[in-house]
Amino acid sequence: MGIEEIILDKPGKKMFLLGNEAVVRGFIEGGGRIAATYPGTPSSEIGNTLFKVAREAGIYFEFSTNEKVALEVAHAASVSGLRSIVFMKHVGLNVAADSFMSTAYTGVRGGFIVLSADDPSMYSSQNEQDNRTYARFAKIPLLEPRNPDEIRRMVKYAFEISEKHKIPVMIRTTTRISHMRGIVEFENIVKSKDKGYFEKSPNQFVPVPQNARRLHKELLEKQNGIKEDSESSPFNIIIKNNGKFGAITSSAASNYLIDVVKKYDLPIDILSIGFSHPLPEKMIRDFIKNYEVVFVVEELEPLMEKDIILIKEKYGIKTKIIGKDGDIFTPLYEYNPNRVRKFLFKHLDIKDDKKVVQVEDIPLPSRPPVLCPGCPHRATYFSVNKVLRKYHKKDTIFPSDIGCYTLGIQPPFNTADMILSMGSSIGLANGFSKSTDQPVVAFIGDSTFFHAGVPALINAQHNRNHFILFVLDNETTAMTGHQPHPGIPVDGLGRKAPRVSIEEIAKGIGIDFVKVVDPYDLKETQKVFDEALKHEGVSVIVARRECSLLRDARMRKEGKWITYEINQEKCTQCRICIDQFACPAIFVDEDGKIKIDEILCDGCGVCVDVCPFKAIEVRK
Amino acid sequence: MKDVFNIVISGVGGQGILKLSKIIGEAALVEGKNVVMSEVHGMAQRGGVVISEIRIGDVRSPLVEEGDADLIISLEPSEAFRVINKAGSKTWFVINTEKIVPFTVSLGISTYPDVDRLIENIKKVSENVIIFNGVELSKKAGSLISLNMVMLGAVSTLPDFPLKEETVIKALRDSFKGEILKVNELAFNFGKEETKKLL
Repeated sequence: MGIEEIILDKPGKKMFLLGNEAVVRGFIEGGGRIAATYPGTPSSEIGNTLFKVAREAGIYFEFSTNEKVALEVAHAASVSGLRSIVFMKHVGLNVAADSFMSTAYTGVRGGFIVLSADDPSMYSSQNEQDNRTYARFAKIPLLEPRNPDEIRRMVKYAFEISEKHKIPVMIRTTTRISHMRGIVEFENIVKSKDKGYFEKSPNQFVPVPQNARRLHKELLEKQNGIKEDSESSPFNIIIKNNGKFGAITSSAASNYLIDVVKKYDLPIDILSIGFSHPLPEKMIRDFIKNYEVVFVVEELEPLMEKDIILIKEKYGIKTKIIGKDGDIFTPLYEYNPNRVRKFLFKHLDIKDDKKVVQVEDIPLPSRPPVLCPGCPHRATYFSVNKVLRKYHKKDTIFPSDIGCYTLGIQPPFNTADMILSMGSSIGLANGFSKSTDQPVVAFIGDSTFFHAGVPALINAQHNRNHFILFVLDNETTAMTGHQPHPGIPVDGLGRKAPRVSIEEIAKGIGIDFVKVVDPYDLKETQKVFDEALKHEGVSVIVARRECSLLRDARMRKEGKWITYEINQEKCTQCRICIDQFACPAIFVDEDGKIKIDEILCDGCGVCVDVCPFKAIEVRK
Repeated sequence: MKDVFNIVISGVGGQGILKLSKIIGEAALVEGKNVVMSEVHGMAQRGGVVISEIRIGDVRSPLVEEGDADLIISLEPSEAFRVINKAGSKTWFVINTEKIVPFTVSLGISTYPDVDRLIENIKKVSENVIIFNGVELSKKAGSLISLNMVMLGAVSTLPDFPLKEETVIKALRDSFKGEILKVNELAFNFGKEETKKLL
């Protein structure tokens, strides 16, 4: 059962799909035509799935340079009459927010979905901001799915709501929903036209102040109609358990609540909300008035809780609302079944006598994510540190950026001193260059450079800043699963595409020190970096070498697989390969000998040049 | 069979844990059972800890409550201990004994505990512990990356396992092709035979 089957028009067919894959099925069933994204976990597999099937399904899909561009691409499709979606991780919506806010004013024509995948507990993000806030901020409808099949249904429903009210609809998932697998049952596919036509209407689409004042009024006027749809939405569900208590919930927390209430036979009726902005006010009023106490079980910010308290006050209802109790339920981290059980037992005054295993407290090895064996970034970081050690430049500032190379934060590299967001390495380097006399060496990935690095680099040149920028170009968007970007000759449909050159951009800006190096060539990389240290102004070094995971897959296919081993007679145990290079394939065995793991070694051979005693040789 | 069957699978990125989990889920689908699963993606993947949870039955949450796992499959011994809080006195453990020592141990910033001590502690929690060197069996099958299918063969023979062997094999066959399928079928059988001996 390959993922290619996701496009089949076979109502009744069932597949075991990831939440992110179910987005694609819903989009296809709903007659969606244009999809755009910038990859980011936990939303990445939506794009990866489209990359595989979009062409066959007759959909246009692209990995845009950033989320703002992606949103604009999808919105233009919508105002041309096509159904479209833009999807991104939660912080991606910050990048797109400027245009996003305007789309609420201008409105839409074809159904327009903005999907935000939030990351409670920050499995792969810099914050756990609650993007339900954005739907409230922009005054647009918000849907929160609870499982993959519901995602499929909600995408179609979102198109209808969007077209009915001429407004963008936000679907908000979380990591646990995007990366949940469940059974998805297909329905038929709606046929739609593949090209739209843009009917001009500048009064609607050009929000100059005189139009914007009217558009905001129109947006407010849409709210009552949307509220009525929320009241009657099939996604707002009451589950009766002859309860003495009530509970209101949404998203992943709804799953934990329903299971815990059932398992422990708790006297709690549940209102599980899928259409969560605007909230179904009358439904909530009629629900909460039945109980002395109503619990609010929602992850992250107490958004529903605050709205429910307002509803309670508005109708003079006496019910006590307990949500964030500051103890078990806080805005910090995701919920889970244990946390929900503990919260309910505490407030229902039930003794929690669930047995916890009794074992010795044995410390386990820490397994932080590491740069892979063969990773070109490791070679670059090794070279940078080696040269800086020569000059005793211990106070060098390393603004870094978002990608695998963020792992430079780990010892022995310590080459990530500060990160704010996508592209921030270069912006910060601008500021450090002006505010200190410390050397500044910034790192940015290839995809991140295109995403938000270019404007900051222009700023650096124009304002005569002084720093070195390494563009760590591994010819892919590696961390999110190897998506293409403008620097490689493939587009989002897998077709051949023009390649945009990073070094030509830098030269075009007017930077006079632009060099391309192969990071596996340690000597050359160190020589060029040494020159850059002596250069006044902005220097750009593009360290170009394909991601080792891609290289490994190719080498295995071509049967060119070799690995290395350590000649114990030559090894002096100087530990440079471990303490300065830190390849995960190189380890100290129980006898204290340094060895190379045959399974992990990918044969990159960089360690051969790292070893001063030529003790590393091809394994025979 | 119990109304709900909870499985936790733990190991290290690159061991094929997601593939193993997905095959179990697809076998449940073939049998017409409801199944939900939670997987780990993104930064945690390469060389990091990977935990997936699968629940078969009429449930909504893909996450297993503490103490409620019916089966814990661990592709690495220390990773079995990492999810011990999911275990109860009747939990089945199926553990591969071959260690993966992370580079943090070489750098001296963490330690790898004695495997016998880990197993001893696990046995204090539950008597249903199946332990064997799955890596050896995967080598015998023809590829180190077939360890996940060795483990699948092992769990498919457990008395409480809720899925039929033939549906698990069908899901396995739908997931691989050609030479790799042959290796994985062999690995499945080695895991199954080894476990029958140990039961």
